[in-house]
Amino acid sequence: MGSYLLKRLLLVIPTLLGVAVLVFFMLRVVPGDVIELKLRGDGGNVSAQVVAEERERLGLNRPLYVQLGYWLKGLVTLDFGISYWTNRPVVEEIGIRVGLTLQVAIMSAVIAVFFAIPLGVLAGLYRNSWIDYCLRVVTIAGLAVPSFWLGMMIVLGLLSLFSWSPPVTYTPFYVDPIANMSQLIWPALAVGYRYSAVVARLVRSSVIEVMSEDYIRTARAKGLFERTVVIRHALGNALLPALTVVGLEFAFLLGGLVVTEQVFNLNGIGRLFVDAVAHHDFNLLQALVMLIAVMFITINLLVDLLYGVLDPRILYK
Amino acid sequence: MNSMMRFAKTQPLGAVGFLIILLILIAACAPQWLAPYDPVEIDFSAMLTGPSASHWLGADQFGRDIFSRLIYGARTALSIGFWSSFLGCTLGAAIGVASAYFGGKTDLLVQRLIDILLSFPVIVLAVVVVAMLSSKVVAGVDLNLILAIALPIVPRAARVVRAATLSVREMLYVDAARAAGYSNWRIMFVHIAPNVTAPYLIVLTSYIAQAILLEASLSFLGLGVTEPTAAWGLMLSGSATDFYREAPWMIVFPGLAISLSVFAFNLFGDSLRDWFDPKFRG
Repeated sequence: MGSYLLKRLLLVIPTLLGVAVLVFFMLRVVPGDVIELKLRGDGGNVSAQVVAEERERLGLNRPLYVQLGYWLKGLVTLDFGISYWTNRPVVEEIGIRVGLTLQVAIMSAVIAVFFAIPLGVLAGLYRNSWIDYCLRVVTIAGLAVPSFWLGMMIVLGLLSLFSWSPPVTYTPFYVDPIANMSQLIWPALAVGYRYSAVVARLVRSSVIEVMSEDYIRTARAKGLFERTVVIRHALGNALLPALTVVGLEFAFLLGGLVVTEQVFNLNGIGRLFVDAVAHHDFNLLQALVMLIAVMFITINLLVDLLYGVLDPRILYK
Repeated sequence: MNSMMRFAKTQPLGAVGFLIILLILIAACAPQWLAPYDPVEIDFSAMLTGPSASHWLGADQFGRDIFSRLIYGARTALSIGFWSSFLGCTLGAAIGVASAYFGGKTDLLVQRLIDILLSFPVIVLAVVVVAMLSSKVVAGVDLNLILAIALPIVPRAARVVRAATLSVREMLYVDAARAAGYSNWRIMFVHIAPNVTAPYLIVLTSYIAQAILLEASLSFLGLGVTEPTAAWGLMLSGSATDFYREAPWMIVFPGLAISLSVFAFNLFGDSLRDWFDPKFRG
């Protein structure tokens, strides 16, 4: 296990490096120039000298490979320089927002785990029953409804039923947990619906697959209670694939939040990402994209390692 | 024809999906037959009016007919959805076939590159590409938008097709073709490619759904289709949310249109998979 862990960790390094280089070069192909946009964006008339000075100040006049060097060095030292647009350190800009986004993501993961897994198991056990049909309709719809529109529908519903609209300011959890939860539960539901749908569908098919295995027949033939067969013999194996999906989808949730945060006036990293794109703020953008990719890779790695712990059949060499 | 009937019989949900797709296709091909109004026609007397006999689904803040805009929006959604999925899946399939066929170091390298591309959530990659390339409209379709939506599809399609190719590669007829001295190109595209058509078609259909969703999200963020083109995501963006109270129909119906078309393609794609894969049949 120890050597496997080491091997996996070492394999992550080239992927991360590849991601870093790809992000860097992708953003350097942009035809728009952040300096031009920042200084001349509103039709202001700025002399070429001022533009050149600003470019010099932000290090944009250096050769690409030097900029790449700084970027890679920044990744290791966690110093991404300052945002081109706000002039505040990138780490700070991300730091004040990442908690909110993570909280929404975790809340929807909790929703997915607590609703989707039991429902998926039930649908799989009682295949072609009314539970199964209801769940199938609900989950197929979950894959089709855009989460940002679902968010809008939630806002619309809350507005017409309770005259409640999403607050403009964000209340951190440690200041007022109730106000915080009542604000963030809605976006969590909006993105959690799709998440739950994906998880429930997978759990259902994996339960169906496991229940038709020979060892389940053996367990039944031994005369075990159906409850024992399901809980002790089937669920463990059926829920393993669910782990992968919960992990993978968690990472993709961060993507879904890019759009949904706009609907709820949330100032999280999704909003920051869209703003950074609009302002051609490379420094901020590349750090954000990198952060999301790193989260994804880390979650993948954790899921793989957990698999090894939970499933003794997987022998790592 | 016969197999179509059998498909409808064994996959009723898929047939329903197919019918909805057909309807959307008709709307996309001949919107002028179905839409009662011009989608960009401004009529201030109808401003923000609710669903009525003259405007079935109401009118927006410029008095434009929402039903007509939805019909015309089908063309945007379908053309961008289809072309990006087609481009992404075809490129991905070519990479997948080649990677599995050559195997060894090539395969390893390609797989690492795919891993790298897969570490970006779909929308993040698409947004970065959109930001990178300004819009380039040819024949009413934004080519760079299609490219941006296609790119995240490439590694995903490549993975599916590669897995399918791995088993086809071991077939005797591939050995035979190699023994006959055919070139690698010929073996890949004449002997292997036709045998991975099924997974290709399945990913193509399901990624049309994803591409429609992605286009709607990008347009919603103001990074996709631009005004005055009728596009479903665009109808939900910007000032549409200022009229939550006065005109909820402005945001209810475009979202329903997106959901319905994505739903139809998902349904059809799922049934296609069950149909092609005998393991899931019955």
